[in-house]
Amino acid sequence: MTAALAGNRYVPAAIGTGSLVVLLALIELLIRIGLINRFIVPMPSEIIAAFPRVITEENVLQRFLLTAGEAFSASILVTLFGVAGGVLLYRYYLLRLATETWVAAVAAAPLVLMYPLYLVIFGRSALTIVMMGFTAGLAPIILKTLEGLTATRRVLINVGRSFNLTPSQQFWKILFPAALPTIFVGLRLGLIFALINIVGVEFLINFGGLGQLINELAERYDLAGTYAAICFVILVSICVFILMERLERWLRPVD
Amino acid sequence: MAETGRLTLPAARPLGLRLRPVTALRIAIIVAIVVVWEAVSASGLLYRDVVPSLVAIGKALYLTLRDASFYFHLAITAYEIGIAMVIGGLSGLAVGILLGGSKFLSRAFESFLYYLGPCPKIIFFPIMIMWFGVGPGSKVAMGAISCFFPVALNVAGGMREIDKVLIRVGRSFRANTWQMVTKIYLPAMRHPVINGVRLGLGVALIGTLLAETKLSNRGIGFLVIQAYSIFNMPQMYALLIILFVIAIGANTVIGRLGGLDALKRS
Repeated sequence: MTAALAGNRYVPAAIGTGSLVVLLALIELLIRIGLINRFIVPMPSEIIAAFPRVITEENVLQRFLLTAGEAFSASILVTLFGVAGGVLLYRYYLLRLATETWVAAVAAAPLVLMYPLYLVIFGRSALTIVMMGFTAGLAPIILKTLEGLTATRRVLINVGRSFNLTPSQQFWKILFPAALPTIFVGLRLGLIFALINIVGVEFLINFGGLGQLINELAERYDLAGTYAAICFVILVSICVFILMERLERWLRPVD
Repeated sequence: MAETGRLTLPAARPLGLRLRPVTALRIAIIVAIVVVWEAVSASGLLYRDVVPSLVAIGKALYLTLRDASFYFHLAITAYEIGIAMVIGGLSGLAVGILLGGSKFLSRAFESFLYYLGPCPKIIFFPIMIMWFGVGPGSKVAMGAISCFFPVALNVAGGMREIDKVLIRVGRSFRANTWQMVTKIYLPAMRHPVINGVRLGLGVALIGTLLAETKLSNRGIGFLVIQAYSIFNMPQMYALLIILFVIAIGANTVIGRLGGLDALKRS
């Protein structure tokens, strides 16, 4: 029975969404009968009602565009430097041997904790946020680009050689297209890291777009507004992740 | 032709021959960084102390490590992260086992975890302050939330990878749920569990420390933001170096444990 339900495409999804709705209704009920303090957890109906207010009164579109602009700038930087870094490490094997473990260590380091340092260096500005996003997203892209290039099948390289391709042709016609799917995995990871850090730092330094919105509403003790803004940021993040996933799947060649 | 040489290098050359140039290059890179750093520091191109001399950073590092109050703050942060790991890790483990063990539950609920997982968790901090106060509770909650997702997703994935024969063996012995979890599931998927814990520790550390930088009066995150507010840059660099060493070290140790496990299994 359960297996049959699980096999159905829509039933599990409907159960999942239904459970969420039931949970929200239960929270609403518990708040209304006073078992949950409404000054700590606002009613879900209040949060839903706060959405239009937050969107119109708090310049959400402008804030969204600001965050999107920061994310776009960081994405461009991180893609350029990340892919170039990966290619550099691939081309110079000695450099790769010397620094690959360092790059992996940087990828594991909690780089976002450097934000006070960036505040001093770049000031309390969008540049700090962009540079933080760039720093966070760089290492995974370098590593995945390197991984993609290294994993290029030998037969493809040999085909290139048998055609007497120049190193440049070998790179653009053989190595880069073969590594592209792995590079996009890295890009997706790097851009997600960048986005997380951008919104996080906006919140922490109270500057910029969507992250700052949450901070401002929380400081005003606008409970319903804070929850609504958090939900909005989560929805935007989820949309971006789905978009990136689709893009990656679209670009991935069919085996 | 250079292409041919480069591509055959990794397999063809014995390790001993490569070791010396690699070490030399590493030393050269470190020396170059030190020289550029000191030159920028001495040039005054940036505001005073934004790039302090390495000697000043070394001195701050020494003083910080000798300071007893640093260990008090370190203990607070370690306590918060430890509790967060227990709460987030155990709940992630339980949810992961539930989702990984049932195709239906996985299809119904795993997408929530999958998409919430990469969201910036620090934005939940205002809610955590309202729920758990401004003390260590809200920092623990931030760490636990951060840790929960990678552990749950890794365990769920690990559960699905378990050899079906092992599960059937457990069932044929009429093992109860607890015995199935402790005797079959956990030993069979220790590799993804350790990987989940490794990732979970990394993000719990970030979640807890960021929360400390935002609103706290103790912990290493507080020390970092205090160094920023009084513009004590050498100390900030020193604290960041200590944090990075701890984070990378913990990551490596847990990763090695996972690797050793896999080695034993094979």
